[in-house]
Amino acid sequence: MSANQKAGNESQTSTVVMALGNDISTDAIYPGRFMATVLPTETPQYAFADYPEFRAQLKDGRMPANSVIVAGANFGCGSSREQAVSCLRGHDLTIVAKSFGRIFLQNAVNLGLKALACAEIEACAGDTLEITEDSIHNKSTGKRFAIQPLPPTKQAMMAAGGLIAYTRQRLLARHSGV
Amino acid sequence: MGMTVVEKVLARATGQAAAKAGDVLEPAVDVAMSHENAALVLNQFLEIYQGTGLEPRVWDPSRIAIIFDHRVPAESAKTATNQQKTREFAAQQGITRFHDIRGDEGGICHQVLPESGYVLPGYVVVGTDSHTTTHGALGAFALGIGATEMASVWALGTLLNFEVPRTIKVVVTGKLGRHVSPKDLILHLLGKLTSQGANFKVIEFHGETIRNMSTCGRLVLCNMSVEAGATSGIVPSDDETHRYLREEAGVRGELRAVTPDRDAVYDQVVEIDVSTLSPQVACPHAVDNVKPVEAVQGVRVNQIVIGSCTNGRLDDLAAAAGILKGRKIARSVRMLVFPASWKVYREALKRGYLGDLMDAGAVIMNPGCGCCLGIHQGALADGDVALSTTNRNFPGRMGNPKSEVYLCSPEVAASSALAGVIKDPRMGD
Repeated sequence: MSANQKAGNESQTSTVVMALGNDISTDAIYPGRFMATVLPTETPQYAFADYPEFRAQLKDGRMPANSVIVAGANFGCGSSREQAVSCLRGHDLTIVAKSFGRIFLQNAVNLGLKALACAEIEACAGDTLEITEDSIHNKSTGKRFAIQPLPPTKQAMMAAGGLIAYTRQRLLARHSGV
Repeated sequence: MGMTVVEKVLARATGQAAAKAGDVLEPAVDVAMSHENAALVLNQFLEIYQGTGLEPRVWDPSRIAIIFDHRVPAESAKTATNQQKTREFAAQQGITRFHDIRGDEGGICHQVLPESGYVLPGYVVVGTDSHTTTHGALGAFALGIGATEMASVWALGTLLNFEVPRTIKVVVTGKLGRHVSPKDLILHLLGKLTSQGANFKVIEFHGETIRNMSTCGRLVLCNMSVEAGATSGIVPSDDETHRYLREEAGVRGELRAVTPDRDAVYDQVVEIDVSTLSPQVACPHAVDNVKPVEAVQGVRVNQIVIGSCTNGRLDDLAAAAGILKGRKIARSVRMLVFPASWKVYREALKRGYLGDLMDAGAVIMNPGCGCCLGIHQGALADGDVALSTTNRNFPGRMGNPKSEVYLCSPEVAASSALAGVIKDPRMGD
């Protein structure tokens, strides 16, 4: 965790490392030909495999602290492959998109990937963003944008530390007869 | 207030009298399906049990289905090892609906489930595959989920914190013309709704065209509903649903009727008259970049693909064979045919479709996902153009970011195979 990363309402200063358009599919995030690799510890090496420049940056460890990918609408559309989330989570990336595909968003909640829906977001690669719980301030352009909060049920899952921990709690409660 | 199909299904699955869009429920799952990614599911499943002192046991082995289809037979040692781990897990847990790489029961999960009678009207079906929407064609609510969510289902048997989706009603009227198929209808609808037009919503299909459509065609509609972002496509159950389940899937016992209430509340109503619909083509690199075939005629193609969970069924192979029988495909194209299951393969063989396709120059592949998602079989060269009956054409979808994929019906694929360029099947010779 970097020094800039703080809990609660405090802000986090982040750098946009890649700006993408609409309908970035899970095929783009994690191409099908790497699907035999499933473990979250192994998937990060194939993140955005067909984006050579960005991939090189990820590989060289040249990522600034609090790196953010900014995208248009429907980020993560397509396949349900969870590798598309675990590979980004492994690089500790935050995704800010105008909207997300349903399965991708649920997978992000389940695995604890920071996926922020921000319908009006405007940012380019290299911009500096000040991200708080409910808004994004693009310090490079001076513009501010509201974040659309996750529904409370998804927040509860995030707060529990993801779906594995959440399910574990439920399982234990069931077995203790609660 | 009346209920849509998904509201009724989820009310039953939670033991409630009613449910409405926006409610957050914990529905019981009737069928939980995975393919090769069961290897990841079981990894996550075991992690859930870590430190609990409990022995990892799936909630109900009879409700879990595992079908190998994405990489069959295995294309690499890694895949083979994952398949082996899954095989051992299925045996250890007593999972009987396990369809291994076998000629008697294998195939693509979205064909094996319906033809095996695993999906019934009113069911909640989850699958670690986005095209799980397919099974809504049998009056079920069927949705794709991630591997960790499936691990949670394996442990608990329910979907946690599930928000009941709103529904888009699509009413289809008119008779599909000659060489115009359900694929053309769904591509046309995707063009209208866009790739995100049904995100977080269900698409419910109605109208005389749907009532007169075979289950084979309905599976195509629900399969590609996810390309508009839909959580599920659903066709309310009717006589055809029951006929299919009895006659083709061998289902005995009582079948529920699953239909919406007359006063159900819909998010949006879309009306489509198909009587003048042309064959449709989704152009690179977006599923909603849809044009009538007339607008793309003459585009050179290198590889023709017929198959997949979208269009690898008997009706599809019959349509392609009908056009290709006694003819030869252009020498400039390679044509690959992937029947959706071995049951489909065997029937198509018996009826002579496979022989007709082979005589025309097509290569008959073993049932499976094949080249649809660029994992193995039928890779594309740099600059290649594929014309395919599959369901996605995102950049690099078939494994090569320097290739292009057009999506179409089996009829358009077959007539284009003859010409070596995209060709309207209604144009004849």
